[in-house]
Amino acid sequence: MEKRTVYADNAATTAMSERALEAMKPCFMQIYGNPSSLHSVGQEAKELLGACREKIAACLGCEPSEIYFTSGGSEADNQCIRSAALFGARKGKRHIVSTAFEHHAVLHTLDKLKKEGFEVTLLDVHKNGVITAEEVKAAIRPDTALVTVMYANNEIGTIQPIREIGKVCREAGVIFHTDAVQAVGHIPVNVREDCVDMLSLSAHKFHGPKGVGALYCKKGLPLSTLIEGGAQEKGKRAGTENIAGIAGMAAALEEACENLGANMARLTAMRDRLIAGLLKIPYSGLNGDPVRRLPGNVNMSFEGAEGESLILSADAEGICLSSGSACTTASLKPSHVLMSLGLPHEIAHCSLRITLADTNTEEDVDYMLEKLPGVVNRVRSLSSLWDDYVSGKIPHVL
Amino acid sequence: MALYSEKVMDHFTNPRNVGVIEDADGVGEVGNAVCGDIMKIYLKIDGGVITDVKFKTFGCGSAIASSSMATEMIKGKPLSQALELTNKAVAEALDGLPAHKMHCSVLAEEAIRAAIKDYYDRHGIEYDKSQFPDPHEEEEEGPED
Ligand SMILES: Cc1ncc(COP(=O)(O)O)c(C=O)c1O
Ligand SMILES: [Zn+2]
Repeated sequence: MEKRTVYADNAATTAMSERALEAMKPCFMQIYGNPSSLHSVGQEAKELLGACREKIAACLGCEPSEIYFTSGGSEADNQCIRSAALFGARKGKRHIVSTAFEHHAVLHTLDKLKKEGFEVTLLDVHKNGVITAEEVKAAIRPDTALVTVMYANNEIGTIQPIREIGKVCREAGVIFHTDAVQAVGHIPVNVREDCVDMLSLSAHKFHGPKGVGALYCKKGLPLSTLIEGGAQEKGKRAGTENIAGIAGMAAALEEACENLGANMARLTAMRDRLIAGLLKIPYSGLNGDPVRRLPGNVNMSFEGAEGESLILSADAEGICLSSGSACTTASLKPSHVLMSLGLPHEIAHCSLRITLADTNTEEDVDYMLEKLPGVVNRVRSLSSLWDDYVSGKIPHVL
Repeated sequence: MALYSEKVMDHFTNPRNVGVIEDADGVGEVGNAVCGDIMKIYLKIDGGVITDVKFKTFGCGSAIASSSMATEMIKGKPLSQALELTNKAVAEALDGLPAHKMHCSVLAEEAIRAAIKDYYDRHGIEYDKSQFPDPHEEEEEGPED
């Protein structure tokens, strides 16, 4: 096949959709007012803000008044978790339940809270990257203030039984937050049906702009403020609103939800074709549950082929991917997500993540299936570790 | 700006001296699968001069480019000169490496030392032990994240 550029790193970020861009355009020179201003120019912006809030609420199955705009997924995670912790602490509850493979926006917030006197239980996510509601139930204590479990994992794409966990939390009277940054716009999410109390989302993961997100906080639950200042977002998030970003996010989410069923079916078929094709590469393995995973997520390890080298070699073929190898991070450790599955270091270092979006085509899949076996072979041909597998010095694991 | 310099990408894309020397006079292997970079260097030595060198590396772009560059820098050189090769010199020859990638280039220097020590040991050649400190006694583990 002719060389092409295949962007298949959509869990990192997505391209903006046409519709999102069109929704943003008027916000720069026409609807440029400050929604807090009393005059007509300001009020026009305020109206747009309200319409966006309604759209997002409709996509999540909640009231517009339960949506708060933020600067992205990280801020939403920080604010939800801190709010629930503070609320719990007031009643003497200082225990939090979460999982070992949360995003760092969650894990680092929990680390801070530990230093502030909270106790955190991180549940094991097992070999398939899925926890059970029973495990959450068993971890809940009388002093548990919060359960926070991500809806879908950003690296291995595994989807958690959120509704079951939500029910368990509801029965126990514990606040339930979910980081749904990778789920919203990709799989059905309904905060009422899922018994979710707080949720985080981020626009750039579903073809919206970067630097804007939202949180859902169930009516009646106290939300505390991270950014102090003006009275925007009912005093819960100060700062003149990012109207263009919010408009782009609302349009992108609306579009994603309209096409959800069709996109899921198409991407699932493309994902499974990729997985089946790549598993033909000898000594390769899929990381994470094969079925309970995001429609666009493929995460595989190739024995003896280090992840960063795989990325660079794939990039030379025009294919943009990512990896959980240590050398792709600033630390010397492989991804905490892959390690949480109990993978040996040498398998975690050899991972490759392919994340598809509706912008990808069947031709992209064909191209990757044609080029990636050669990429793996090339990296293995340089590898001393691969020689050790081949000579039998060390046993194959995959 | 790209992650790596053009030199690094050249040595990653077209690595020099890749392979195995079956009847090598000295072999050095450093790193481990836990840290994610393993470098193995094979030397042919004649009259105290490195007449041939090959490598195999499991690791990132920086580790592979450093291996390639380091083997180029010691090929045809006397052992005394090869022992003076530093990871800093390798990194400079590659027009620099990102700061957090320097640890990957340290391995090249260590692998060459290990291969020369192996040659001395195999051939019963006397040497100054202080020239070959155990790198893992000095080096602490990387930062906790
Ligand atoms: C699961 C998850 N949570 C949180 C974030 C952070 O979102 P943002 O980049 O909008 O701050 C990301 C994306 O990087 C993510 O994948
Ligand atoms: Zn490295």
